[in-house]
Amino acid sequence: MPTATDYIRILPEIVLSVWGMAIMFVESLLPEDRSRKDLGIFAAFGAVAAIAATVYQAQPQFAGFGFNHVLRVDHFSIFFHLVVLLVTLATILMSLDYLPLQKIDFGEYYALVILGAVGMCLMSSAVELVLIFIALEISSIASYILSGFRRSAAVSTESALKYFLLGSFATGFFLYGIALLYGATGSTNIFDIALILGKANHVEALAYLAVALIFTGLAFKVACAPFQIWTPDVYEGAPSPVVALMSTAPKAATFAVLIRIVFEAASPNLFWVIWVAAALSMSVGNVGALLQSNVKRMLAYSSIAHAGYLMVAFASASNRDLAISSAMFYSAAYAAMNLGAFAVVTQMAGSGEGYLQMDDYSGLGKRSPVLAAVFTFFLLSLIGIPITGGFFAKFYIFSTALRTRLIWLTLIGLVNSGVGSYYYLRLIVRMYMYEPRAEIPVPPVRLGMGLAIAISLIATLWLGVLPNAVLHYTQGMPSAIAVR
Amino acid sequence: MNASTLNPWILTITTFLPALGALLMVFLPRRDRIIRWFALAISIVTLLVSLHLPAHYRQVAPANSGSFAYELNLHWITSPNIHYHVGIDGISLWLVILTTFLVPFCVLASWKSIHDRVKEFFILLLVLETAMIGVFIALDLFLFYFFWEATLIPMALIIGIYGHERRVYAAVKFFLYTMIASVLMLAAIIWLYAQSGTFDFTELQHLLASGAIALSGHTALWLFLGFFVAFAVKVPLFPLHTWLPDAHVEAPTAGSVLLAGVMLKMGTYGLLRFSIGLFPAEAHKNAPWIIALAIIGIIYGALVALVQPNMKKLVAYSSVSHLGFVVLGTFSFTRAGMDGGVYQMLNHGISTGALFLLLGMIYDRRHNYEIKEYGGLATPMPVFATLFLLITLSSIGLPMMNGFVGEFLILSGAFQARAIYGILAASGVIWGAFYMLWLYQRTFYGTIVNPLNTTLPDVDTRERTILWPLAVLALVMGVFPQFWMNSIDASVAGILETPKVASSAPTLQVKVGTVLK
Repeated sequence: MPTATDYIRILPEIVLSVWGMAIMFVESLLPEDRSRKDLGIFAAFGAVAAIAATVYQAQPQFAGFGFNHVLRVDHFSIFFHLVVLLVTLATILMSLDYLPLQKIDFGEYYALVILGAVGMCLMSSAVELVLIFIALEISSIASYILSGFRRSAAVSTESALKYFLLGSFATGFFLYGIALLYGATGSTNIFDIALILGKANHVEALAYLAVALIFTGLAFKVACAPFQIWTPDVYEGAPSPVVALMSTAPKAATFAVLIRIVFEAASPNLFWVIWVAAALSMSVGNVGALLQSNVKRMLAYSSIAHAGYLMVAFASASNRDLAISSAMFYSAAYAAMNLGAFAVVTQMAGSGEGYLQMDDYSGLGKRSPVLAAVFTFFLLSLIGIPITGGFFAKFYIFSTALRTRLIWLTLIGLVNSGVGSYYYLRLIVRMYMYEPRAEIPVPPVRLGMGLAIAISLIATLWLGVLPNAVLHYTQGMPSAIAVR
Repeated sequence: MNASTLNPWILTITTFLPALGALLMVFLPRRDRIIRWFALAISIVTLLVSLHLPAHYRQVAPANSGSFAYELNLHWITSPNIHYHVGIDGISLWLVILTTFLVPFCVLASWKSIHDRVKEFFILLLVLETAMIGVFIALDLFLFYFFWEATLIPMALIIGIYGHERRVYAAVKFFLYTMIASVLMLAAIIWLYAQSGTFDFTELQHLLASGAIALSGHTALWLFLGFFVAFAVKVPLFPLHTWLPDAHVEAPTAGSVLLAGVMLKMGTYGLLRFSIGLFPAEAHKNAPWIIALAIIGIIYGALVALVQPNMKKLVAYSSVSHLGFVVLGTFSFTRAGMDGGVYQMLNHGISTGALFLLLGMIYDRRHNYEIKEYGGLATPMPVFATLFLLITLSSIGLPMMNGFVGEFLILSGAFQARAIYGILAASGVIWGAFYMLWLYQRTFYGTIVNPLNTTLPDVDTRERTILWPLAVLALVMGVFPQFWMNSIDASVAGILETPKVASSAPTLQVKVGTVLK
């Protein structure tokens, strides 16, 4: 029988589910022509409540397995809960004025964001492959619908359809992998699998195949090459706040799953697979981004490159403690800076998302100095310049890799970040060194958007100047998630 | 307050005062007059505060080599083990002063020539000052890299926003060159950390010298090159100099002054402190080809300067030549050569900084840098012509002027190392006199060809305030070099010793304790 503590262990998920259903319910009662902004504010409070629930859950007496070992609350899950929930909160805040502007002011949007967060949160605490699968599906299905939310725009529908088809395919791989792993080990629990694989004298070929399939499914979700093809099209078409969400929160959650599987399930060594995926992803992402003139597509390629940098940490798996900590730090820093960058894109996109070309950013430094400065800061963080979170994130990843003696991979990564600096820089140059184009309006930054940008800005700066606290927290992780 | 209680904090205050000023400036109203005066006030206060450093240097001067004055060592990040560790020796002391000294002049020089987006300009300038000072005082490799990269953005923006026609191209080129090269340095820094668990310069120096970090010949070479390339691009050493003429020509006057005056020295300082300080054996081994590049730079830079039709480009190429001297002196591994190298860093900062300021004043009047546009300027602008001549003489190293002291020491060091170095480099001095005097002749003597030049106003009070101190300083530095040389020489001697020193545990911990009390 589940105990009360069991329910506390899924308290954030319960809060979010109740909130999501409440939004759906209220939505149907509201008159059609009424603004849904209040509903959005209500949703934002839902995210805050879930954050509070997570903080409550973080007390030591609640740590441990829940519901017969299908999930586990530990520092690791708390960390990713917070990342996901903060991103969710910021996404809701930046959508408040975006939705009416695009004439898609529907309450379901907020409900889907909140319900998607349930899946992402669950992904970070689940230790049972089947539950992970269900959580992954909850989060994915919400993203599929959200990416098609600008239903009057053809690109948006195209984006949703592509994402849905390819995403389902990837989920199929993941599920097939789980099935095979069950066949190889007789269990779907990560910790049991770890024990069984640990005891076995030799690992069966079936287990290798299973883990490779699981990796394929997850690599798709985080847009890691060679499973990245969908990314630019989907990001280009989906509504900008949704891209801000899905390029950060589900990615962080998927990386959480990947960390549990790669480091905890003591899964058969995937070193070369990950090495190649990392090198490929960094290179494809950066080279692809060089060629883009659409800011959203550019950031899509950049997110492929960043998935590659993160994979470097997984390639350093033999240095387990450092690898886990640097992967977690990178997930958080990437979430903060990319969220911020997409928040600015959302602000600039205008009605019908008409202003997405690099050219549209010309002279932003003159027209809106604050917005340009903030965007510059996020772009510098994506480059990896000091005093930003992106710098330390890259720094930890590559110092871990060097300590693991992955000299070539580090060099590939460093050269890539040199190349990468060019396309971010191009945007900065446009903002400051080109003459402004008068016909493009810069709408004033509203409160919701301002708060969303502030959250990402503070997080990025904090991780860049005083990374100690977060780093210390992530360094406690390897022991926290270990098999006991 | 007792002056010595200030000692541990004085470097930090000097460094972050401009940044604090920049932060305050964000909240100032967009009134250009207020902004300009505020920037000037901040830069002058920073200069005055920084004068504490030489004033009390004697009392705190490090007794033994390899330690530093005004040291402060605090934890910044526990793991990885990054410290906020700052301190200076007789070399960085003067580079810090050079920086704080030049910035007020840059503010004055931008008084009228920057009229669009004034607030942003001065914010960038002050942030740049903080980063530049930081580079010279950092004793933690991570902190050093941090400041090193931090100089990049404000300078690229200053060039790219406030520069001349091809500014964007120049800014991007400058950024990419430096960025890609410094990534290699970062790789070397991380590698060292991975081996030793520390970023601390003094600790690493001891660990490397005592063999506690064992480097195979191959690795040592790669690490040395990682640092070397980053610094060589900045210096710039031939053939990595191609970003420099573009950046200089396109930058606004203040940008050129700081670029030539301070940022190039970050490269030579890095070579001296880190390349030689950490890898003395590699530095000695590789000295011949580095010197060869330096000499090529000296002669090539001078010859290319000779044929430039554009004054600013001429001065830019002359920097390639002058900085070649600095590298030559440094890698001659003689006391005279290295002393001269450091002294020449200061001289070049003063005289080339002043040259760019002078050119800026011509540009303010005529918006043109082409030499053929001018001629006979001595008639309408006699005071200006006199000052220009003084600075020219300082730049070509006339005896009694500062340039002479530096070049003489470098050449004598080069002769000691190998006669051929001295002979080849000495030819650079002759070329230097040639192109500078020829420039002077074509610009100031003869009859006025272009009627636009007949009515040019002579220097006004603001411009006099800029030029006289620099000209006088150039003279004083030529006559009383001992004042600077005493502290420089002591520190250079320390650097020359390091390869032989293999002293045991670093005395670092004790100092941390005293600081924290």
